[in-house]
Amino acid sequence: MGKNIAEKIFAAHLRDEPFPGAKVLDIDRVLCHEITTPVAIADLVWRGKDRVFDPTKIKAVIDHVTPAKDSKTATQAKILRDWARRHDITDFFDVGRNGVCHALFPEKGYIRPGFTVIMGDSHTCTHGAFGAFAAGVGTTDLEVGILKGVCAFREPKTIRINLTGTLQPGVYAKDVILFVIGQIGVNGATDRVIEFRGTVVDEMTMDSRMTLCNMAIEAGGTSGICLPDATTVDYLWPFIEGEYSSREAALEEFRKWHSDEDAEYEKVLDFDISNLEPQVTFGYKPDCVKAARDFERTPVDQIYIGTCTNGRLEDLRVAAEILKGRRIADNVRGIVSPATPKIFSDAMAEGIMQIFMDAGFCVTNPTCGACLGMSNGVLAEGEVCASTSNRNFNGRMGKGGMVHLMSPATAAATAITGVITDARTL
Amino acid sequence: MKKTFGGAALFLDRSDINTDEIIPAKYLTEVTKEALKPHCLEDLKLEGFDPKGEALRKARVVVSRQNFGCGSSREHAPWVFEVNDIHTIIAESYARIFRQNMFNGGMLAIELPREQIDRLFSMAGQGEVEILVDLSGSAITARCGDKVETYPFDISPFDRALVESGGWVEFADARY
Repeated sequence: MGKNIAEKIFAAHLRDEPFPGAKVLDIDRVLCHEITTPVAIADLVWRGKDRVFDPTKIKAVIDHVTPAKDSKTATQAKILRDWARRHDITDFFDVGRNGVCHALFPEKGYIRPGFTVIMGDSHTCTHGAFGAFAAGVGTTDLEVGILKGVCAFREPKTIRINLTGTLQPGVYAKDVILFVIGQIGVNGATDRVIEFRGTVVDEMTMDSRMTLCNMAIEAGGTSGICLPDATTVDYLWPFIEGEYSSREAALEEFRKWHSDEDAEYEKVLDFDISNLEPQVTFGYKPDCVKAARDFERTPVDQIYIGTCTNGRLEDLRVAAEILKGRRIADNVRGIVSPATPKIFSDAMAEGIMQIFMDAGFCVTNPTCGACLGMSNGVLAEGEVCASTSNRNFNGRMGKGGMVHLMSPATAAATAITGVITDARTL
Repeated sequence: MKKTFGGAALFLDRSDINTDEIIPAKYLTEVTKEALKPHCLEDLKLEGFDPKGEALRKARVVVSRQNFGCGSSREHAPWVFEVNDIHTIIAESYARIFRQNMFNGGMLAIELPREQIDRLFSMAGQGEVEILVDLSGSAITARCGDKVETYPFDISPFDRALVESGGWVEFADARY
């Protein structure tokens, strides 16, 4: 019997099986940010074990609240900063070089096919776009990862989702993943890996695949995962060209991770998405999804474009294309937060940031900020936000606030009209 | 250090209670567990539940429905229970990260079938419920007045080892 990609990665990284079904894996990347890492650091210090297993495999960034907004967030940043210095963690990204972790770390070429990746952040599943097993974990798992370079998981079961057909113009990876979550539910992939396959995934850019995998956790998934292909190699090439004689050679090497033809899956789901329309959430769970067109005049107060889901260059381009030559509605506030300094800089070079500013958007520095109600666009009681982020939980962007999740295109169109709008109808 | 389990039960009758409801993100800037204490379940809107109420203050066990603890990976969610002396959650199912975080911290996330969860909820309709946990015997006993019901639960050898060793850091540190 063949193996699927997650099973291959597990087999290649298995350090120990202390009890049947409990797999302790060697971890290739332990990623850290300033919200969940400081408590792990404090506990290691308290235990007299302030060590790291391998400083080259640990990457750290201050991203959730940056620059610090108050003494508490300044202290969290300082704990991470001091720790990185103390342990020679050279891949540490501070103010001026920092961005949203799940956009920044891939952009630096840190994530490779076949890797195991953990981070104290649920959206770590994003990195599965590169053919890695990437899982969000709590602070205790993170702490052991930092100290020992291992993490325990139950034997993985995989749900394979075949996405076939052709995406219509104006429909994006965000619409696909919202649709999938709507179909399988917030509990549909709990403790499972979601392997995204099919022509739609094959044709996606890495930015789009990251959007797709980013929201696997919203269906309960441990990791989203895509098979590495020529698109993956092209993205990674600047970082790996010294390691392979050619792109073809790299691709050949990465193919070893591909799921075998006769691999087993717990479930295989087929979705032909040729007729898919732009999707938007309602209510307070990400599986409450319907077509943007089916919203009857739903006014919003704020538009938020950014985050680890949709703050990449491709996303900003799509939104700018719609905003070009237009102004946002008088009664809304627009906020755009490019996910990394490189994305910000590239977007400026392309004139995209000027389009946002001319349209009336406020441009913020790269940070997670408003997505989780921390800074840079927190909602007041009763306010509604059209957001390109990944969670619409009650109070997520501010106590008493309401969030509608959507693609950058739908968010841009909504900014112009002030009500939830399918960009294709503008 | 091994924890104690069981006591007065708080019933939260809804599926998909997420970690933002258990501890809102704005409190994640705290760097001690103790500072989280007053904010347990602060953003949970549920009929009959008061985050400042007596039922939560007295609770040592939480009983809920499906997919408990979904959403963010924040271990602050188990921590806010821990500092409120709630070391046992009983639900029909859990989000993976929350469940792992509970056991990693040496606490119990017990899964029971729907029929038994239903029975616990119906018991709660009749008065205050106390739930005792027999870890070595893998069973819980719920008492409400003179009504007593006992249910066995499954716990994997690995999860049991985490609880008995006091958590994943102790276990991993001794072994790797």
